[in-house]
Amino acid sequence: MFRGRLASWDAIILALTVVVLVVASLGVPNFGTSRNFTFLVLDLMPIALVALPMTLIIVTGEIDLSVASILGLASSLMGWFWNNGLSIETIIPLVVVIGAVLGAVNGLLVNALGLPSLAVTIGTLALYRGLAFVVLGDGAVADFPFTYTGWVTGTIGGGPVPNVLILIVALAVIFGIVLHATPFGRSLYAIGANDKAAHFSGIRVARSKFWLYVASGAIAALVGILWTLRYSSARADNGSGLELAVVAAVLLGGVSIFGGKGNLPGVLAGVVLLAALQNALRLQDVSGQALNIVTGALLVLSVLLPNLASSLRTALQRRKRRQAVTS
Amino acid sequence: MATVASPPHARQNPLAKTRELGIVIALAALVAYTTVSQPRFLSAQSIRDILLNTAILAVMAAGQAVVVITRNIDLSVGSVLGVSAFTVASMMSADPGLPMVVALVTGLVVGAVAGLLNGVLVRYGRVPALVVTLGTMYIFRGLIYSWAGGGQVNADELPTHFLQFANDSILGVPWLVLIALVVVGGVALLMRNYRLGRELYAMGSSPSAAELAGIKVARNLLTAFIVSGALAGLAGVLFASRFGTIDASAGNGYELNVVAAVVVGGVAVSGGSGTVWGAGLGALLLTVIGSALTVLDINQFWQQAIVGALIVLAICADRIVAVRIARSLRKRDSHV
Repeated sequence: MFRGRLASWDAIILALTVVVLVVASLGVPNFGTSRNFTFLVLDLMPIALVALPMTLIIVTGEIDLSVASILGLASSLMGWFWNNGLSIETIIPLVVVIGAVLGAVNGLLVNALGLPSLAVTIGTLALYRGLAFVVLGDGAVADFPFTYTGWVTGTIGGGPVPNVLILIVALAVIFGIVLHATPFGRSLYAIGANDKAAHFSGIRVARSKFWLYVASGAIAALVGILWTLRYSSARADNGSGLELAVVAAVLLGGVSIFGGKGNLPGVLAGVVLLAALQNALRLQDVSGQALNIVTGALLVLSVLLPNLASSLRTALQRRKRRQAVTS
Repeated sequence: MATVASPPHARQNPLAKTRELGIVIALAALVAYTTVSQPRFLSAQSIRDILLNTAILAVMAAGQAVVVITRNIDLSVGSVLGVSAFTVASMMSADPGLPMVVALVTGLVVGAVAGLLNGVLVRYGRVPALVVTLGTMYIFRGLIYSWAGGGQVNADELPTHFLQFANDSILGVPWLVLIALVVVGGVALLMRNYRLGRELYAMGSSPSAAELAGIKVARNLLTAFIVSGALAGLAGVLFASRFGTIDASAGNGYELNVVAAVVVGGVAVSGGSGTVWGAGLGALLLTVIGSALTVLDINQFWQQAIVGALIVLAICADRIVAVRIARSLRKRDSHV
């Protein structure tokens, strides 16, 4: 039964996304242009990429709030390594590996010591962001080679499709296959639904969750690199607050914060919805900070509305049953 | 101890005491080390600054502790502080004749309304507190920005008695510190000795058991969120009075420090344990670390990293204590 409800929530989000895209293209000047499409994709890139591992983590009933800080630390490290004369071909894999290690620290604290992931990742959120400032201070490093910065902001053959879209699609397909078409992916739903039952049916709960945190750290560091290259600026405060937008997008996409429910296509629709709405409002000269109201409201509504719908449904069913008994 | 009123506390107490003792020892060691290398750390002015800076954080930490003890969390406190500070500052600049009491009450009410909204969404909307308060953190902050825009209230627009409040003291104790002491002491007493407090602990230990035991869970939960909101609102007034210049970013990111103070102070995020005194001590420890770094001339950027490391350490310590309690309980049960 809840499968039906979920499918309908997915459908609502998908429909809402299409409506927003159509209305914005017709009603908002410059929204439907190919130039704006390029910017839209570039803007949603960080949220879309970080949301992929985040979806898997939330499906298991855990959370990772340290992603934006890993992004910032990756950006700082990139600037620091660059200042110290490392080549960019060495820096990129090195920073991704460091990101994986940072994620592994989260994973060990949560799974080896059994600590609550919310508290641990609030702690590492402060720790990693603090380290980012320790590495680079409040300065910026900006002189990255154009071959790389140009690739990130560039488009395929000069058309409207940005190069980074290839990366987003490729990673989304990989994560989609892992979650929806492998035994590992199925086991994540089992862990989220009931981790004790999952443990007793032979699933390696702690080990599976550990690798999700490693993946989350590595992807966050990768996004840190892309972010740095896009704005040609390595700064310690890059991406601060992004974790909230990512969690908002994932929950908006129909993933339950309690774990065990949700799917990746829904999350991607949530990401597009959030990004398109923000982009359209920004084109209408709504200030960036006032946009927070929309993000926050969507976040609360994404959980509130399905809850209200299900209470309404049970209330109606109870009334119907009572009427059937009395008649 | 002949305390009949709080039997469930009796077993926790020695452990809770050692937990808070740990913070006191850490504090003492830090102060001793810093003073030896920089004697001016213990000058009257420096102590005064530390206490004034602790006051605002401690008031918010007391409210947060109440919510966390019920196994919830309130991430909207930084934004509530901002809303309250901006409301009160605009009000005082528009009508400089208003007495300080009106400002304090307005802050409390603004915060309480925000807390009530959080509580209703958590309880009746059945939305997890993390999601609700993450959402309202965005919403409240967005509201201030759309209201204030890029504008700000400057100190010269505010009446002198409002700004003087942060500097005035009574019997040598600054008002801000006195308020913080009363708030932390009052809430601590409420949580330790009164029915509402004990019920909140019970709800945090096991929400379903508390409901089955006939505790009015809905009412208590709303109260917890209202307390947290109202105290964040009060902190907003103190903030406005102390800093004078208020723009839309007031209190941005404070929620992290507040949660850190509470967790470092020994209140477990899994609910049902910890004390409000501990949260207050946590706030003091974090502030002292900040001042010590400045005095010792250590790069200020280390502060956030240290706060993060402290949070992680505190959670690890709590986990070790919890495992040990569980083991000793099991052992005792097997002998009976």
